[in-house]
Amino acid sequence: MTRAFRDPVILLAVPAVLYLVLLYALPLSWLLAKSSTGPGGLTIKPYIDFFADPFNWRVVGNTLGSAFWVTVVCLAIGFPAGFALARAGALVQIAMLISIILPLSVGVVVKAFAWQIVLRRDGVVSQFLLAIGVWDEPQRLLFTEPGLVLGAANIFLPFMILPIYSVVKLIDPRLSEAGATLGATPLYRFLRVTFPLTLPGVVSGIAFVFSMSVSMYVIPSLLIGDRYQTLSTLTGRSFLFMRNEQLGSTTAVILLVLAVSIVVGSGWLAKRLGSTE
Amino acid sequence: MTAVERAAQALMWIAATVTVVFLMTPLVVTVAVSFGSSSVFTLPPPDWSLRWYDRLTNARGLWPSLVTSIEIASFSTAVALALGTLCAIALVRGRFPGREAISTFLVSPLMLPGLVIGIAMLQGFKAAGLREPLSSLMLAHVVITLPYVVRTVVGALSLFDFSLIDAARTLGCSYPKALTRVLVPALAPAFITSGMFAFLASMDNYPISIFFTDAWTKTLPIQMLQYVEENPDPTIAAISSGLVVLAILALVVGDRLVGLRKLADF
Repeated sequence: MTRAFRDPVILLAVPAVLYLVLLYALPLSWLLAKSSTGPGGLTIKPYIDFFADPFNWRVVGNTLGSAFWVTVVCLAIGFPAGFALARAGALVQIAMLISIILPLSVGVVVKAFAWQIVLRRDGVVSQFLLAIGVWDEPQRLLFTEPGLVLGAANIFLPFMILPIYSVVKLIDPRLSEAGATLGATPLYRFLRVTFPLTLPGVVSGIAFVFSMSVSMYVIPSLLIGDRYQTLSTLTGRSFLFMRNEQLGSTTAVILLVLAVSIVVGSGWLAKRLGSTE
Repeated sequence: MTAVERAAQALMWIAATVTVVFLMTPLVVTVAVSFGSSSVFTLPPPDWSLRWYDRLTNARGLWPSLVTSIEIASFSTAVALALGTLCAIALVRGRFPGREAISTFLVSPLMLPGLVIGIAMLQGFKAAGLREPLSSLMLAHVVITLPYVVRTVVGALSLFDFSLIDAARTLGCSYPKALTRVLVPALAPAFITSGMFAFLASMDNYPISIFFTDAWTKTLPIQMLQYVEENPDPTIAAISSGLVVLAILALVVGDRLVGLRKLADF
């Protein structure tokens, strides 16, 4: 063990690690420590108080509910899109890559502002749904939950497509052909051969989109407003406007715990799915 | 082709079309509104006009915030490239325990809520006596640019054949020269991709920056959001269209230098 640590190359990692420890890990640990210490030492009172208030349960519900629906929409579009990106011809592939990378390089504020326009009563979505006959009269989606979900799903979709694409492009198409030679039907081949191989990508896509949706801040502030609070917007508001640092630290820690458990859980799941191949 | 295969093919086509249309909608709408004459975002615009671009020249606080954002992004990307590359070499070449833990730690700022990191840093910086907004922003942004560099350069280095450096030395190159002649060109695509995404992440960051800005020092996203909330007119669409053009330029340059497909594995 001690000899292993003598490898001089390790010194190259010191500046970066030290930087993050001082400016990131220590402040985070301090936030955690402060949020759970009261005048009499270690306490969970702030959390008991927080969950005693039914309004806060709504906040947690809004956070998880909107993140769930955003993930569902992203998965529904992103799963077939990941396949299309990996298997389509060169031209379609380029069109898809441009439409994935370009919006990623434009800021969230720009896209959320664009969705404010798209979701208006006379916006593109309303006009489209009128034209295909889903709606009888124009409706406003801005400042509603479906509007929030649609806008957020649009902004996070690339993070669902890319991990799925990266596993699909590695799947050997001959595997499915081998299944066909052995007499398996296409559906059976997809469900038993191809689909299980995509699972690590699907899990990491879900984890990306869900954790980003749980912590989104700019998107709900622009698309749904103050009446609909999530853990993230409540945290921001308590620090920036209400000057209620106690409440803000409590919600920040709940958000942190949620994010860490998504990362750890999905990492564990992806590893297990990867090793059963 | 069987019916099922044809259905799968059709589904893929539909998915591709829906994806392209859905993802491009916000950008197209922004550009269309910015060239329209209507101040209430009517689409399609009743008439074309450049009036929102005229307003850009005297949009309050816009240009200073753009300069601030570029300064912060340049500084934090440069620091991240330096620290991140050194660290990536250690992670790929080193034989010490805990390498996986270190690389997870370095990438973790991307996976945690920015708002929470921002609050923690705000309190930490305050306790350390750092109150100057610009330097706080620069130091804070390194934390979010570093992960991009570490992740991409580690990936590129693990594909690099280090015996090439030995080969260069056998052929008479000094060690530093072997590094600059062999290793640096091999890593160039990784530097470009990660540098680009790190820069954009810094330019775009809202949830960390919001805690360090004051009335005089604002970054572009914060100034823009304030603008949207105070006077929502298509001036903001004109700014956004400018940013879309910048993104297109970045994409073209990135495609020329490293290729679109490489950019997608950032």
